[in-house]
Amino acid sequence: MAVIALPGRRAVDIPIAVIGLAVLVAAAMLLPAAYLVMRVLGEGSAAWDTLSATSTTDAVVRTSLLASAVTGGAIAIAVPAAWLTVRTDLPLRPVWAVVLALPLAFPSYVGAFAFVAALGPRGMLQDLLSPLGVERLPEIYGFWGAWLALTLFTFPYVLLPVRAALRGMDRSLEEAARGLGKGSLSTFVRVTLPQLRPAIAAGGVLVALYTLSDFGAVSILRFDSLTRVIYLQYTASLDRGAAATLALILVAMALLVVAVEGVTRGKARYHASVSHRPPEPVALGAWRWPAVAFCGLVALVALVLPASVITFWLVRGLGEGESLAVVREATLNSAYVSSLAALAAVAAALPVAILAVRYRGPLSSALEKVTYSGFALPGIVIALALVFFFANYVTFLYQTMALLVFAYVVRFLPQALGSTRSSLLQVNANTEEAARGLGYGPARVFARVTAPQMLPGLSAGAALVFLTVMKELPATLILSPIGFNTLATEIWSATTASYFARAALPALILVAVSAIPMMLLVLRERRVS
Amino acid sequence: MRPRVAVLAAALVLTALVAASTACSSGGKDSLIVYSGRSEDLVQPLIDQFEEDTGIDVQVKYGETAEMAATILEEGSNSPADVYYGQDAGALGYLAQEGRLAELPQGLLDRIDSRFRARDGRWIGLSGRARVVAYNVENVDPATLPSSILDFTDEEWDGRIGWAPTNGSFQAFVTALRLIEGEDAARAWLEAIKANGAKDYPNNTAALEAAANGEVDVVFVNHYYLYPALAEQGDGFGARNHYTGPGDAGSLVNVAGAGILDSADNRENAERFLEHMLSEDAQQYFADETFEYPLIEGIETHPDLLPLSELEPPDIDLSDISDLNGTLDLLRETGVLP
Repeated sequence: MAVIALPGRRAVDIPIAVIGLAVLVAAAMLLPAAYLVMRVLGEGSAAWDTLSATSTTDAVVRTSLLASAVTGGAIAIAVPAAWLTVRTDLPLRPVWAVVLALPLAFPSYVGAFAFVAALGPRGMLQDLLSPLGVERLPEIYGFWGAWLALTLFTFPYVLLPVRAALRGMDRSLEEAARGLGKGSLSTFVRVTLPQLRPAIAAGGVLVALYTLSDFGAVSILRFDSLTRVIYLQYTASLDRGAAATLALILVAMALLVVAVEGVTRGKARYHASVSHRPPEPVALGAWRWPAVAFCGLVALVALVLPASVITFWLVRGLGEGESLAVVREATLNSAYVSSLAALAAVAAALPVAILAVRYRGPLSSALEKVTYSGFALPGIVIALALVFFFANYVTFLYQTMALLVFAYVVRFLPQALGSTRSSLLQVNANTEEAARGLGYGPARVFARVTAPQMLPGLSAGAALVFLTVMKELPATLILSPIGFNTLATEIWSATTASYFARAALPALILVAVSAIPMMLLVLRERRVS
Repeated sequence: MRPRVAVLAAALVLTALVAASTACSSGGKDSLIVYSGRSEDLVQPLIDQFEEDTGIDVQVKYGETAEMAATILEEGSNSPADVYYGQDAGALGYLAQEGRLAELPQGLLDRIDSRFRARDGRWIGLSGRARVVAYNVENVDPATLPSSILDFTDEEWDGRIGWAPTNGSFQAFVTALRLIEGEDAARAWLEAIKANGAKDYPNNTAALEAAANGEVDVVFVNHYYLYPALAEQGDGFGARNHYTGPGDAGSLVNVAGAGILDSADNRENAERFLEHMLSEDAQQYFADETFEYPLIEGIETHPDLLPLSELEPPDIDLSDISDLNGTLDLLRETGVLP
């Protein structure tokens, strides 16, 4: 049997250590929300005025529309791309697998800026088309521009878990469907797609929450989402109370998104049966070239285009005699702190995931959901919340590397949690029980039986956190030890002074370094299969 | 992951964290901590010079002007910062108003024109920046550009204007407009420019790029963004600066400035630092390297800039424009800001 629904365990079985750790992690994740509640309470009735203002309602509606549209767009790109790169005889399959994961490496503030430079009304594309008499391209700004940029830079959040699910899925059900005379499409829609639902939902949640939290793309593409209003409260009036009120709306929206995901995910759990067989690739036949064109188009717009624009900035600057600044230290710093954060995030995700998957109940489900509360918040909110707690109450850690890594975990834990959770779902609990039956203790069973099977999921989670920490800016600027510069801060520093060429090299290095774990992941997949 | 590997990894992470956190202790007699809203590219050479001259170890935290100010507010009296160095008078005024900046010595304040420092002596300008109209060289003949910012309400500019309304310098300009022309005229101006289809850009850099590639024909920005663009992109860069006429709100000169925190541990070093920033060498650096206006007497403005004497900025005390609340209300009421 491929789909096994396990009855919930009795509460007695839950190891105290797992609960303790999970509660600790959830408490840490709630720090930003706690800070926001404190600030809002300090506001009194002014908070109510901010909440009930029509401008707030409008911003909430706009933001919800954007988040839904981006999530839909990301799923529409990611599911076919995942299927093509896992299940078919698509030419150059492994290359596409890597290439299509890479757009996630672009910081949205760089990617959106490159988009405007290339596709803006008088951008580079217009320049190329001007011999044909094209004076101006249609406006890229506003809802659709923000939608396009965010969709193209976030769809890998869905692609990665769906690919993992497709690889781990047992084929016997699909074969049975075929045997019953169903066609390929019908089999995909009625058998494959339902099994992919948890993976699509897990990735979709990340896309939706990331969109809620994004400030870079929406500000450059001129879309007034909630983060832009929040940012204005901080920067223009330094009104922390009003900013907190609006930010709390984002927390509520995040919890709503997670609740919707919980419903979509459903109660069933999926794991492969013991007799897992490697899948036969589907022959695309005449669809081969349209399929290549689809992957090529996505890669062209989401990867080649922004990378070319940045390279162009670099070359143009060098041509005018700009010298290449050395960014070795920033590169090492970025890689170092991102690795630490990736390890720490996976470690923090483990107890929450174990509790949520193996010991289902209201407590474990609530703990899991609250860990998502911070992911929809813009980085500045999380950073200032941690400044408040640590500068005033945990002074010895303030402006240390430890706090910086902690902040990254608070910001990005959900990215590690999703894949940790789904990899645990694919571990058959029967194998754990067999080991228990042989007299092994729970810790030993976990280390010897569970963890090795989870390794692909754990490393996927770590890779995601690594890559988002590489490009994280607001928390890095505010919380890092003084003098600690990263590639993201170098890019920021150069662009605020209008030096594009100086920003270009760190931006290219950032994308290249982020690509490394992605490539390792895909190469590893190939070795396994 | 075998248990040993897991334990090893955990131990590694812990050691790295502890090592990292003990490595950077702050404070000490010969030290100074600066929170800078100005970027490292522009400011660090001056700081290196100060360290060399005085032997004081300066640690600088770089970030956005408003975010650094918000950080200081959250840190409260535990703030490690001694000096706050911001891009515009607005954030400085806000910190002063919240009681977070201490009074500066009179001798220091007297070095510059009283227009460019706080009336209560809690912050001081270090370099000046003028508002300009940057225009696209292909589509606009500079001779036809209006000498007052007020004239951009004419329908001839419909669809051709860009601005960065979230930017602090822009907001300071609107405050100046309110003070010079009155509340109603400022409101009418904002409404008319918006009716002219003004396009929002996230910052001055993006606005200037848009003027250069002809996405719009004119943008309202600060003067100095042009020069790095010229350096990187050559004389072919498609935008140049236009100064509106004498006394016009469109020619407002704002400052980047600094203040010393009320909670500063190294007050004496902080004062020396501000003295250094107002020294002839440092002011010359601003003139030559960042293309800004020096604020002390006797320093030559960069030859590419219109000197302050010819620019004749409006006679406005920057202390009066550091309060942004009325301006923000106006910007929201007119729908310029969300």
